[in-house]
Amino acid sequence: MEALLHQVLAGLATGGIYASLALALVMIYQATHLVNFAQGELAMFATYFAWTLINAGVPYWPAFFATVAFAFVLGVVIERVVIRPVENAPVLAVVVVFIALLVILNSVAGWIYSYTIKTFPSPFPTGGVFGTKLLSPHELGAIGVTLVVLVLLYLFFRFTPLGLAMRAAAQNPDSARLVGIRVGWMLALGWGLAAAIGAVAGMMVAPIVFLDPNMMGGILLYAFAAALVGGVDNPWGAVLGGFMVGVLENVLGAFVIGNELKLAVALTLIIGVLVVKPSGFFGKVFVTRV
Amino acid sequence: MAALLEVSNLHAAYGLTRVLHGISFAMQEGTITTLLGANGAGKTTTLRALCQMVKTEGEVRFAGARIDRRATEDIVRLGIAHVPDGRGTFVNLTTEENLRLGAYARKGRAGVDDDLERMYDYFPRLKERRAQQAGTLSGGEQQMLAVSRALMLRPTLMLLDEPSFGLAPLIVKELFGILRTVNAKEKVSMLVVEQNAAMALELADHAYLIETGRVVLSGTADDIRRNDNVRRSYLGY
Repeated sequence: MEALLHQVLAGLATGGIYASLALALVMIYQATHLVNFAQGELAMFATYFAWTLINAGVPYWPAFFATVAFAFVLGVVIERVVIRPVENAPVLAVVVVFIALLVILNSVAGWIYSYTIKTFPSPFPTGGVFGTKLLSPHELGAIGVTLVVLVLLYLFFRFTPLGLAMRAAAQNPDSARLVGIRVGWMLALGWGLAAAIGAVAGMMVAPIVFLDPNMMGGILLYAFAAALVGGVDNPWGAVLGGFMVGVLENVLGAFVIGNELKLAVALTLIIGVLVVKPSGFFGKVFVTRV
Repeated sequence: MAALLEVSNLHAAYGLTRVLHGISFAMQEGTITTLLGANGAGKTTTLRALCQMVKTEGEVRFAGARIDRRATEDIVRLGIAHVPDGRGTFVNLTTEENLRLGAYARKGRAGVDDDLERMYDYFPRLKERRAQQAGTLSGGEQQMLAVSRALMLRPTLMLLDEPSFGLAPLIVKELFGILRTVNAKEKVSMLVVEQNAAMALELADHAYLIETGRVVLSGTADDIRRNDNVRRSYLGY
């Protein structure tokens, strides 16, 4: 029983990371109806940036916030420079751009930092929490950080004029322009925010999976599964989906299928959801009259 | 007196389909002007062209300055509020969020809450629905919302695209009454596009008749109403 509880809690910790990345995917999806395949690599790249700072002697938390800011700027710049020119291009063209970004970021990271695996520090102390071994301090900390990010995002989108403008621009670009919202910049801002969320996810997962240019590959798959399970147009669904996928993956991996087949859980979920309920559990069903 | 809005030789096209063929008209500050015409005459396109929502050629001057090469969102910032065809409701946002967005381009947040209350005074129905998703509002309520959202900008000029479309006659009457009040009290100039020519001529001071992307007749609303061709073709008696 304790073993199961341990796996569930550990699942929640990684689930929070999937939830963050899934949320980043959903943010871009809501605005553009496209899934950003490079979201994971952006997070990986930002994590390397944090690693560089920490190795240069910058304390963890200043490095953390500097990385979030760096990722935000990187996201905005990529949107302005790379995505904007293909704004009105066919879907496939944009998808190819996303894949190119994925490959480029991955290779550049490998080129600068090499492909050898590096350790990444956790800001949380080692040892048991509350006298139990159920949850490591890093896992507990990661859950906490995820929740803080989610609350901040909620407050931003719900209560600030800029957050409202971003929602409006994603929902109805034409009307948004008519009330004076600079829709193009809102998109860039969305990219920046998504990249910043991804950076947090990257820094939280790096102590667990270690730092290397391919570290986000599997995690992006779980995030896809999370977004799909929750409904790719519903941020709350994506978050819930993230936690669900995390727990499912961990419990199944530990007791049923073994660690080697864990990734198959994500793939099975993706295919299962697409076949059975393409809109996800909390997504909107779109009916088009033809 | 210089014209508030001056349009000369304006062309517009959707892709290869040309819709406006050199339309010209002007309107004075403080007035209500209406563009009349049948389906497909280019009324909606004219309004969209003024806001640069379609590709245009020709000249548009607002308060003397050219605006025909500016972006839609910048034109809005000059104080031109557009109540678009189809109302442009943000369906997943609440009524109040829709209204607050109307004030987005205003400089500073001062007076936004007061204006919100003013809109609720004009349209008490919106106050009842303030926390409701705007997509669940009835057609009439959404039209009221579209008009109040535009007013939240505190515009100098308001462009109204078929405000009576799909509304019950009683609601149209209420809405046009409020438009008249806003025009008189808040000195908001209005350019109204309407299919309901009788209602529009009653509201407006000045009218232009458009056929296939050109102005074919213009005059005061009274003159236009008395014109035999207009009476037969557009007023139906």
